[in-house]
Amino acid sequence: MELTVLGQPAEQATIEAEGGCSSSGCGSDSDSLSHLPDHIREKVHNHPCYSEEAHHHYARMHVAVAPACNIQCHYCNRKYDCANESRPGVVSELLSPDDAVKKVMAVAAEIPQMTVLGIAGPGDPLANPERTFETFQQLTEKAPDIKLCVSTNGLALPEQVEELSKHNIDHVTITINTVDPEIGAQIYPWVYWNNRRIKGVKGARILIEQQQKGLKMLTDRGILVKVNSVMIPGVNDKHLEEVSRVVKDNGAFLHNVMPLIAEAEHGTFYGVMGQRGPTHDELQALQDACAGDMNMMRHCRQCRADAVGLLGEDRGDEFTMDKVEVMDIDYEAAMERRKQVQDDIEKQRKMKQAGLVALEGLSVQKKELRPVLMAVATSGGGIINEHFGHAKEFLIYEANATDVRFISHRKVELYCGGGDTCGDGESVLDQIIKTLSGCEAVLCSKIGYEPWDLLEAAGIMPNGEHAMEDIEQAVAAVYAEMAENGALEKPAPTKQIAAQAGA
Amino acid sequence: MAYEIIDNCVSCWACEGVCPSGAISPGTLHGKAHFVIDAKKCTECEGDYADAQCASICPIEGAILNPLKAWANPPGSLTGIPPERLAAAMAEIQAR
Ligand code: SF4
Ligand code: SF4
Repeated sequence: MELTVLGQPAEQATIEAEGGCSSSGCGSDSDSLSHLPDHIREKVHNHPCYSEEAHHHYARMHVAVAPACNIQCHYCNRKYDCANESRPGVVSELLSPDDAVKKVMAVAAEIPQMTVLGIAGPGDPLANPERTFETFQQLTEKAPDIKLCVSTNGLALPEQVEELSKHNIDHVTITINTVDPEIGAQIYPWVYWNNRRIKGVKGARILIEQQQKGLKMLTDRGILVKVNSVMIPGVNDKHLEEVSRVVKDNGAFLHNVMPLIAEAEHGTFYGVMGQRGPTHDELQALQDACAGDMNMMRHCRQCRADAVGLLGEDRGDEFTMDKVEVMDIDYEAAMERRKQVQDDIEKQRKMKQAGLVALEGLSVQKKELRPVLMAVATSGGGIINEHFGHAKEFLIYEANATDVRFISHRKVELYCGGGDTCGDGESVLDQIIKTLSGCEAVLCSKIGYEPWDLLEAAGIMPNGEHAMEDIEQAVAAVYAEMAENGALEKPAPTKQIAAQAGA
Repeated sequence: MAYEIIDNCVSCWACEGVCPSGAISPGTLHGKAHFVIDAKKCTECEGDYADAQCASICPIEGAILNPLKAWANPPGSLTGIPPERLAAAMAEIQAR
């Protein structure tokens, strides 16, 4: 592995290369945090889940210490891993706080870019306050260089804010899917509240009140709050713009809209009842609509509650408890190494910012150049370095005459997006092409003849000319080329393809 | 008389934390990890709460029996999925 990319020791470079997306190319210009006050930017600067740009460099991990839950969501089935809310099923490796702490320290020593530890499940962390806070307590003492964060459904939040603020937890994520009890009743069948199970609208109203109250209490104390929403077409899709406004008013600094993932085999209410997820276009349109109101996060990959690594990768298998038990960790030494690696990353990030993409260089400045979506295959380092056929996900960028901005990730295995049905007899390639619907080019290091032809036929131009180049620079270059050769005067193929795929 | 946990239990710990009598603990049944109610300790929550706490928080239909040996939470009562619908979906998945 060539080391020039991030200027790191060999071992870390390998980790980067394995990362789902380690591109440094998202750039500060299109960073969704650029409008935040300095003190908040400072706080989230190295946080892979909050900063679009940081997530290419830094890793997070979650530990599953909190099994119990106090509500039911229609996209969740406690028997299995949950695809929507970053949590494994209850039967996956559940850790005691002691074991969780050991595991975190082992990972931190092994992956110096790991800056954030989150507790997100498998149940609700605040419905398991002893286990959750015991874990935080120990980590604050033993590994002070790790940031702590917690995700919650919000029901128990107001009563735990005091305790939370003691543990120096400066990031909290609340999943808020609605602010309307009537809609809430279609998402949450029951909540456990004041020693009773409360169903329907009444239960949903309690949950909504607690969420907003908790949100305000946290922001009053200066604790950063991110809000996650699951977009459920026909249930809360029209309503999420209002949610965005309300949570912003109540102090949330970031809103992350995620697509519903529902399959009958998950055994969830939505899965069994045939509720569809949104198409890529629907999701993007909503994210754009909400972005007018507040900072939106687009790079979330809905990682699991026991995930380890850079966003989009999971190295959890390397850190199962039996392996962790036999590791001999010198955390003092590890902390020094972590600092060294993180300082190097910061140097790289500064350099990167100095040399941002300049699209003014476009030689053809036509009146109204329409924006173009492009898919990029990368295995890390902020460069185009992944073979088309090896890509497990594509990063989607939008280029226009003034800017290149990161839009989203699209995974190409396991999960076929939203309303796109994966019919029988469809080849993997057909599915990938569907997944890339709306894109007009796909940038990769190499690509075979067969996919080349099929992609071209589908109106997605394969491009292997920018292998090993910086992602943003390459996207800008391809856009400039399209402007030169008149491709931008033709209407975007987006809608037709998306319409077919989404039908 | 007491409540009883049967083998649908997914060991989510929720009931353990809310039982006022300390009657619930992790255990095994038929070799499978599984929570267990100590019948001698279970008070049916009488004197503490109007509703049996374990049965009020358990997310799994059919995991807990009431003292009459009936499901405290019968199929469909928690998820809202009509049992026939679930059966049809499962049959459809099997047939694939
Ligand atoms: S009924 Fe009440 S006392 Fe008995 S096991 Fe359940 S929670 Fe405990
Ligand atoms: S709440 Fe239900 S599923 Fe969870 S441990 Fe208790 S009996 Fe088992």
